[in-house]
Amino acid sequence: MSVELDVFVGNTTIMDEEVYQFWLDGYTVNDAVKVRMEGGVLEEYEASTDVLLSDTMDQFRTFQMCERLLHTPAKLANQLLFQIPPHRQTMLIERYYAFDNAFVREVLGKKLSKGTKKDLDDISAKTGITLKSCRRQFDNFKRVFKVVEELKGPLVENIQQHFLLSDKLARDYAAIVFFANNRFETGKRKLQFLSFQDFAFCAGQLISNWTVGAVDNMVEDMDVDLDKEFLQDLKDLKILINDKDLLDQHKSLVCTALRGKTKVFNEMEANFKTLSRALVNIAAKLTNTKDVRDLFIDLVEKFIEPCRSDRWTSADVRLFLTYYTNSARTLDTFRHQVTWDRYMDVIKSCILKMYHD
Amino acid sequence: MPGKLKAKIVAGRHLPVMDRASDLTDAFVEVKFGNTTFKTDVCPKSLNPQWNSEWFKFEVDDEDLQDEPLQITVLDHDTYSANDAIGKVYIDIDPLLSCEAATVISGWFPIYDTIHGIRGEINVLVKVDLFNDLNRFRQSSCGVKFFCTTSIPKCYRVVMVHGFVEELVVNEDPEYQWIDRIRTPRASNEARQRLISLMSGELQRKIGLKVLEMGGNAVLGYLQCFDLEGESGLVVRAIGTACTLDKLSSLPTAVLPACNSPSREMKESPLAQAPSHGCRSSHNSPVHSAAAASARLSQGFSVSVPTLIFTGMGSGGSAGKDGGPLKTLLRQQTQSALEQREFPFFTLTCFPPGFLIHVGGVVSARSVKLLDRIHNPDEPETRDAWWEEIRQEIKSHAKALGCHAVVGYSESTSICEEVCILSASGTAAILNPKFMQEGCLDSYSEHRLEDPAPPSCGFCHIPYDELNMPFPAHLTYCYNCRRQKVPDVLFTTIDLPVEATVMGKGSLIQARLCRLKKKAQGEVNATAISNLLPFMEYELHTQLMNKLKLRSMNALFGLRVQISVGENMLVGLASATGVYLMALPAPGGIQIAGKTPSDITYEQHISNMQKKINDTISKNKDLYEVHPQEIIEEVIGSPIPESRQRSRLFRSHSESSDEVSELDLSHGKKDAFVLEIDDTDAVEDIHSLLTDAPMPSGFYSCNTEIMPGIYNWTSSLQMFTSVRVFRLNNVNLTNQGLNKIFNDLCENLLKSLYFKLRSMVPCCLCHLNFAVAVPEEELIQVAVTAVAMTFDKEQAQENFKANMEKAIMKVISENEEQLQFPLELCTETPAPQPFSPSKGTGHQDGGGIHTSARATSVDYSSFADRCSTWIELIKLKAQAIRRGSIKTTASQEKGSPLPEGRSRSLRCMRPFPSSTVSVVKMTPLSFLPGTRIIKYLGIINMFFIRETTSLREEGGVSGFLHCFIAEVFAMVRAHVAALGGNAVVSYSMKECVFMENPNKNQAQCLINVSGDAVIFVRESEAEATAAAPQTSSMQNLSGAAEANA
Repeated sequence: MSVELDVFVGNTTIMDEEVYQFWLDGYTVNDAVKVRMEGGVLEEYEASTDVLLSDTMDQFRTFQMCERLLHTPAKLANQLLFQIPPHRQTMLIERYYAFDNAFVREVLGKKLSKGTKKDLDDISAKTGITLKSCRRQFDNFKRVFKVVEELKGPLVENIQQHFLLSDKLARDYAAIVFFANNRFETGKRKLQFLSFQDFAFCAGQLISNWTVGAVDNMVEDMDVDLDKEFLQDLKDLKILINDKDLLDQHKSLVCTALRGKTKVFNEMEANFKTLSRALVNIAAKLTNTKDVRDLFIDLVEKFIEPCRSDRWTSADVRLFLTYYTNSARTLDTFRHQVTWDRYMDVIKSCILKMYHD
Repeated sequence: MPGKLKAKIVAGRHLPVMDRASDLTDAFVEVKFGNTTFKTDVCPKSLNPQWNSEWFKFEVDDEDLQDEPLQITVLDHDTYSANDAIGKVYIDIDPLLSCEAATVISGWFPIYDTIHGIRGEINVLVKVDLFNDLNRFRQSSCGVKFFCTTSIPKCYRVVMVHGFVEELVVNEDPEYQWIDRIRTPRASNEARQRLISLMSGELQRKIGLKVLEMGGNAVLGYLQCFDLEGESGLVVRAIGTACTLDKLSSLPTAVLPACNSPSREMKESPLAQAPSHGCRSSHNSPVHSAAAASARLSQGFSVSVPTLIFTGMGSGGSAGKDGGPLKTLLRQQTQSALEQREFPFFTLTCFPPGFLIHVGGVVSARSVKLLDRIHNPDEPETRDAWWEEIRQEIKSHAKALGCHAVVGYSESTSICEEVCILSASGTAAILNPKFMQEGCLDSYSEHRLEDPAPPSCGFCHIPYDELNMPFPAHLTYCYNCRRQKVPDVLFTTIDLPVEATVMGKGSLIQARLCRLKKKAQGEVNATAISNLLPFMEYELHTQLMNKLKLRSMNALFGLRVQISVGENMLVGLASATGVYLMALPAPGGIQIAGKTPSDITYEQHISNMQKKINDTISKNKDLYEVHPQEIIEEVIGSPIPESRQRSRLFRSHSESSDEVSELDLSHGKKDAFVLEIDDTDAVEDIHSLLTDAPMPSGFYSCNTEIMPGIYNWTSSLQMFTSVRVFRLNNVNLTNQGLNKIFNDLCENLLKSLYFKLRSMVPCCLCHLNFAVAVPEEELIQVAVTAVAMTFDKEQAQENFKANMEKAIMKVISENEEQLQFPLELCTETPAPQPFSPSKGTGHQDGGGIHTSARATSVDYSSFADRCSTWIELIKLKAQAIRRGSIKTTASQEKGSPLPEGRSRSLRCMRPFPSSTVSVVKMTPLSFLPGTRIIKYLGIINMFFIRETTSLREEGGVSGFLHCFIAEVFAMVRAHVAALGGNAVVSYSMKECVFMENPNKNQAQCLINVSGDAVIFVRESEAEATAAAPQTSSMQNLSGAAEANA
């Protein structure tokens, strides 16, 4: 004796957010039922396992049928098959495109290709996120990437328009797309302490200051590709370290300003030249794609780690970077103020964001 | 050339990819009506084509306009091979043919393919220019309005009720034609869909003609059904109630005080109840001679099983004489008005107050037929004759109950291979003749004021002669007016009348039953089935009765008994809504009697069970807020000597043991219902009584339009359909085992529904409609359609108080100025009536006040009308004093839906973010709470077939059906939206035939749905005028009552 067929269809599609989350997380029906039972829904309604099973199956089926529509969220508002109130639609989309930080950290900066997709098993094993959920998240990244890749106009707005996501989520996706496009290295062990949100912040900085779109906002790929001309100009900054006078002048300006304001003054003074060389060298190398990819690892290795080993606090770092940036402007023989500011503003905020345990 | 149909194809969207190479589609559209076809240009390489075609014009007869659907086919152009069909849209033109309905059809329609389901959408514009046709002999009936709604549609008034209309058309089923062997499943499905669409168009036109002949302009309670008889053909049949309706141009409050307020109030008013008291003992003639005789029809074999369920407490004797000697002058009158009609049947279930005078009980008839190929589709006489025969039987049953009419009438069939059970049932009633007279009745709503305002209990009074009862019944004086006799239990197929005074809330009551039967062929099979039927009905009835008692209720409304036939079993399901009617005596408890009192353990067992039952009863009393007052009985004394006797269910030989009867006292002095456990069957019965799981708190359920006792609906509602198919793998099942499985199936289904809808609590599942079928051997299918509506608990309290006060005030004032009201009345409703309102009913129902008293069912209002004779007055004095102290829990009655309506609509005004798809509400009820229907756009009647050859890929049978039902909803909504509507009321899924062949990875499903497309507005938007309609109507009513007294 068995239930052969069991369906429930409402004129307004009934969706339980909790069950939706189980589905998104890649639970099987049985696992979801188990978790729901433990959650105590049963006692409240004196429902039996059968009732829960039937309800869960029904909803999973509904979500499956909706999934096709969620791939192009704009369709969800126009389709006739499911009558879903607008606020529920928003919820469905937002949750569908939401991702796990643990997962995105694994994929961030990798090429969204078939090769990476094959590695999802490993990621799943490592993060404890079900393979099904990994696939969904990966496919979401890829889908968004493909759609916005060829669009003109600001990245975040494009994502928002095509996928109807909230501002926050659209920004995160912009970061993912940006990282995937530039293939920034994020997976090295030294970078493990950085969260997705750290990188997303940096991506935001880079997008709004270093890309083509930062100067001209109607170019294809404007927000995805870095401004080549700008990268070329960065070479000119080398004068700051190659010209001995300039370097000394720079150092003394910064030291004068900071004296007495920080506990790590001595360390700063001793390391000034190393740090300055590191920052300028990073800038000068950015014409190489390979070095662009290593931007974050370089920042960590060459700047953050030395500071940390000298026990600088973030306030110290902030103080240093502020005076370091500002005093370069006052150097008489330094003529690349514009490029310098465009470079240092981003570097400064990125380092400050990344400077934590 | 009486009509010009114009269609324009605007655009498409979300089309499927038809060309794999380009991932695009080169779509074009064919528009076909009758034999004319037009094509649009091809819109190359687009999934969202813009055709913006010219207007395609079809010049056609209005007959064709009624029969034919507009057929739109979307195709993918292919230069080298045949064009591929993407899908189709059928548009029923009928709503455009009535000037009052829709004027244009415009909107996005899902493009539907019977194999792939919905594949994109198409935007279409359709218009019709009609020319007047004055030809007397025309075959068309354009302009006749059809309503699925079984009450008087809001925003109309009824000028006259003409009566029963029926028609059926037959054809060969394309699926069984030889050509089906060589054509694709798609072609075959489309042929079927088209044929059924044509047939229902034709059927509607023919019924329309009949209505025009009778002088009417509308059909209410239109019920159309398909019989898929397989090899022997396809029958489409319909019944309805012909009326003359008048549109109320505006809805000024002044004009129809009662109905526009919470327009809902009107609709509930169906009133009739059929006293089916007692166990339907008088099944008088299980397959008796008369039936057998009439059964031998020309074609083959048939057996008719007359099953008259009228009531009667006590063990079943035969009884039934049909001699209901006419009791009153009134009856003679009405009778004559109705006698001219062949079938004085009404498919309506809700009536305006005063329409029903008495209700006799449920009448039903079933007949088993052997199907035979329909040789000549143009002369469907055989089927006609079958139904004719059944209707005659119903008519004579009604007569036997002393009634001249049948209300809440419906017909159904169940087919398995070549055996077909035809069923009809309704409620025998005596109607107010006024409503049948030409011109005497302007509108129910207005005119009820001038009615002799029968007391609220009037419909409960027995219509038959007490000394010559058609069956043994147990009569008492009405607990409300004390003047007329009432049965102790009342069964009806109609909705609860508005004027009925009810205590507490109602409850869904179901009786479920399976009976195994041997597999057989032909006559043997038919005989076996017809032999089983009476026993099934008897048991269903017994179950209903027991469950009713268990809930301390005394009446059933909306009773629907289905018996479905399968190859090796019969499944019976009876659903109804139980209530406690104040006019009927309080039910006694249930008492169990053991057969062998000597055995101690056995006795203990019995007393345990008794205790459980008693506990359940008292729990139920709290749950449904039913607290009958036992005192009443003492004051009144027992009018009928026998009333003290124990009535027994089941053959009982031994008297109940003393111990048990003592327990029984806890339930009052009323007669208890004795259940004897003298065999395992009885144990089973008791067991099943107690296994009905209680509803989770916050939930109520009923199968009628409205839940008695809940009046403060909020506007949030959720219509749903749930289908379950259960496979019985056990080959050796007993009847008991089967019963348990079926019972569990239904209970679990209900539990699932409660769980699903838990977020809506407090809420009531209304119009719970169960449909059972036995699609294959070992399969039981149950399909449920209902609507969950939330209500507001706190509001209820306040309103209730307000109503109470109002009612009391009113009663007082009435008592003081009895004679004034009638005069006032006349000025308010100027249309004088040719018939003197008091004529017939006066002496019978004399001075009832009643509607007003409803809110305070136990208080002085009912007191007032009883005072018409001084003797009673004396009696009542004592009583009144006692009643003063009575708790008032009983009274959240229907007082005024209005105030709730107002606040309700406020809360539902929350703005919705815009979307390109407009929201369409669906409900099986005839109204939407918190709203007013301002326009009926036409009937929706759609038939779809879906088939798949990749069942597994589509998620198995559940995935397949889930998707299909969602698609059907989507198509209904799209059609309603295209007509300009925002809701479907009186929605029902009349057919859901599911067939599967998992081995071949195939499944097929047919669904037929219907309803009325409407435009509603929120009550708050249309409310300015609705000042205090309710009060005034109440006053009018009671005033009228006094006029008479």
